[in-house]
Amino acid sequence: MLSRIAESLFWIGRYLERAEDTSRLLEVHLTLLLEDPVVDEEATSEVLLRVMGIDGAASPDHQTVLQLLGWDETSLTSMVAAFYGARESARRSRETVSLEMWEAVNTTWNMMRGNRLQHVPAHRACQLVRERCAVVGGIADTTMTHDEGWQYMMLGRQLERVDMTSRIIESAAYNADSPYAWTQTLRACGAHHAFIRTYRGAATDAQAAEFLLLDRMFPRSVLVSLQAAEDALASLEATTGGRRVGLTGEALRALGRARAELEFGSLEETMAHLPERMSRLQRTCSAVNDAVSDHYFDGAGASVWRAGVR
Amino acid sequence: MTGAFTDYPTTPSIYDETVTTDGGVRPGYEQISTQFDTFGLEDVRNRGEYVSKSYHDQGVTFDFEGEERPFPLDIVPRVIEADTWSHVEAGVAQRVKALEAFLADIYGPMQIITDKVIPRHIVTSSNHYHRVAFDIQPGNGVRVHVSGIDLIRDGEGAFRVLEDNVRIPSGVSYVLTNRRAMTSTLPEVVGTHRIRPVAAYPSRLLRALRAAAPSGITDPEVVVLTPGPYNSAYFEHSLLARLMGCRLVEGRDLVTQGGRVMMRTTHGLQPVHVIYRRVDDDFLDPVAFRNDSVLGCPGVLNAARAGNVTIANAVGNGVADDKLMYSYVPEIIRYYLGEEPILPNVDTWRLEDPTHREEVMDRLDELVLKPVDGSGGKGIVIGPQASKAELDQLRTTVSASPRGWIAQPVVQLSTVPTMVEDGLRPRHVDLRPFAINDGEKVWVLPGGLTRVALGEGELIVNSSRGGGSKDTWVLSGDGRRTRVEPRAQRQVQVGTAPQVALKRSEAEPAEQEQQQQQQQQQQREQHQLADEEVATC
Repeated sequence: MLSRIAESLFWIGRYLERAEDTSRLLEVHLTLLLEDPVVDEEATSEVLLRVMGIDGAASPDHQTVLQLLGWDETSLTSMVAAFYGARESARRSRETVSLEMWEAVNTTWNMMRGNRLQHVPAHRACQLVRERCAVVGGIADTTMTHDEGWQYMMLGRQLERVDMTSRIIESAAYNADSPYAWTQTLRACGAHHAFIRTYRGAATDAQAAEFLLLDRMFPRSVLVSLQAAEDALASLEATTGGRRVGLTGEALRALGRARAELEFGSLEETMAHLPERMSRLQRTCSAVNDAVSDHYFDGAGASVWRAGVR
Repeated sequence: MTGAFTDYPTTPSIYDETVTTDGGVRPGYEQISTQFDTFGLEDVRNRGEYVSKSYHDQGVTFDFEGEERPFPLDIVPRVIEADTWSHVEAGVAQRVKALEAFLADIYGPMQIITDKVIPRHIVTSSNHYHRVAFDIQPGNGVRVHVSGIDLIRDGEGAFRVLEDNVRIPSGVSYVLTNRRAMTSTLPEVVGTHRIRPVAAYPSRLLRALRAAAPSGITDPEVVVLTPGPYNSAYFEHSLLARLMGCRLVEGRDLVTQGGRVMMRTTHGLQPVHVIYRRVDDDFLDPVAFRNDSVLGCPGVLNAARAGNVTIANAVGNGVADDKLMYSYVPEIIRYYLGEEPILPNVDTWRLEDPTHREEVMDRLDELVLKPVDGSGGKGIVIGPQASKAELDQLRTTVSASPRGWIAQPVVQLSTVPTMVEDGLRPRHVDLRPFAINDGEKVWVLPGGLTRVALGEGELIVNSSRGGGSKDTWVLSGDGRRTRVEPRAQRQVQVGTAPQVALKRSEAEPAEQEQQQQQQQQQQREQHQLADEEVATC
């Protein structure tokens, strides 16, 4: 597979997941502001923005959040920009992604482009993005061969899921004084229903965190996502001729370490330093991204033609 | 006259392909006329809009000044009858064979110049005659793997060649998508015509590209080289790559090592044998051409010279579609093939010839002037539509570089009914049939791209100048679908019915009914109980 195409597929996975998770996060944030009568809108919004890596928005309210995380095509963190990224990556690898998948991506983009989402009620817009991402993911799953390229897409998707879930949990940790914070966090991860059914309703904040971090059955938990990313990487290493001793890739090592720390570390300790732990997970994701990029995308025979030098 | 083309205006000096000047419908269009009439204008218009919407969602676009635009497809097809087509087909194939022989000659022995059929300076002064390509021998001797010969119909309806495209002709993807769109939009109309299919193009092209592989390669790696997603024809590049199952590469995906071209994959470098390039000569190889090009691959031309990779179409083909060379093509056909040209040229004045130039300069306001290496309608000046200032400017430009220009009379292109604001109105069209040369035979895709100028009276059909397209239907036989003899009866076994979970209750409706009754009864009893409780309180 061409390195450039592999990279595009990897990023389709990341961007699609990012668009979906951002839409969940936004929707939940809006609900929290409505449901909790004593919430401090400015403080909550600021937490959310900071967790998403946006600093310096002066006295943000929900409009600012909607703008920066929702509609703004120029803001790197908005769901529209994320989807645009997925669409551009798909356009670059158009002969590789299946025809139906491309059409699903492109149709969705036509629904979003030119600020069209802004004219839809915010909840409806978030739902639309979430559903369209599911459509694209579903079509990809059933119409593309699950070959090397697919694994790159899965890797991207799972990595992004780890990153986004850790951000969602981090923001919950900062908002823990609100009684609704963890319920909303579960909702943001699409886990509320699953959590209630698993813990039979009688549940605490710690259990909510445990569920999101460590549940082995729930597909969006950090542990499952880390494991899935590892699986994708392992099968990629196998296709490129893995070694018998140890692991070849820095990426796989980083992922494994992060997973082991979660899986075998004590929950109390994790909970005690939750925000810090979550930032560390995000740094791991970024390190894995760079390692994969070095190893698979730029590695082979990078040479540069310099204009005019003969 | 009845049918969809009542009140359709025609002009005596312009050949309309659908309606004669006395109002009759030409053969080939009768069925369409009747069926469109049955649909009614509104329905036809709605179907047209449906096509635009689906093109938008499928991303059937071309890039115009950095913006993706859907390529307009008109709802009225253009019909070409079987015998007319066989004439065109023969003419196009003849022309491609002659140009192929010409290119082989001028990048080698130059016999045609020795025999004084063409002056040497015409060849050597062409901007696209590349000395770096001299004596490169392509794999199976083919240089023009794909060509697009632009045709028009003059006032009498006769096909004439307007220009040759043997570098990287584009537009074939729209032929493929147009047919698909028409089939889904006008199933009733498509279903009553026998139209020759176009879907074989990608497999024909792939076969030709594989045949062109360097000798000794049994399973060649064929790639499509694109300048990238911002190129106006990126849609086409990706479509062809997808339909041929080839990789779509960009210049930065390729590296040359020891005279071989390799591509960078996740499994390291892998060899490439045939490059179907959609990058212009100038950008293809910074070692040989523009050294600031980032779209190409340094060293690819050397690899081709060494015979390790085939570049399709070959480098330097542009000399053959130079518009000045165009005026010599009839002689080229006679010289190499010993045949008379089947398709005539449009009369052309060579401005580098002083007597021609003098004649043209006096009549600038009635002629069309074209730069010899322009494409996409760039630089063309239509005398009758130009202002005095434009003509003066042109006079200076032409005098400064007469080799760069040719002049032609204004040809009134034929018209075909096209859906516009006011309904169906005549609009000018041309035709670009595509030909594939696999080294054994020149195959002409039945149909080709019909481009239509959407403005009234507008003669330039290029998409970059607001042109659209039409699906081109080449009819087979008399064009009517007749009932075919049924094939021998096949014994078809009845399969098992799909499994369902409710089977049991379906089988025993009585039991199901009972169950429902009991559930409802229990509900009633509960209600009663509740009522009683209230009563006792």
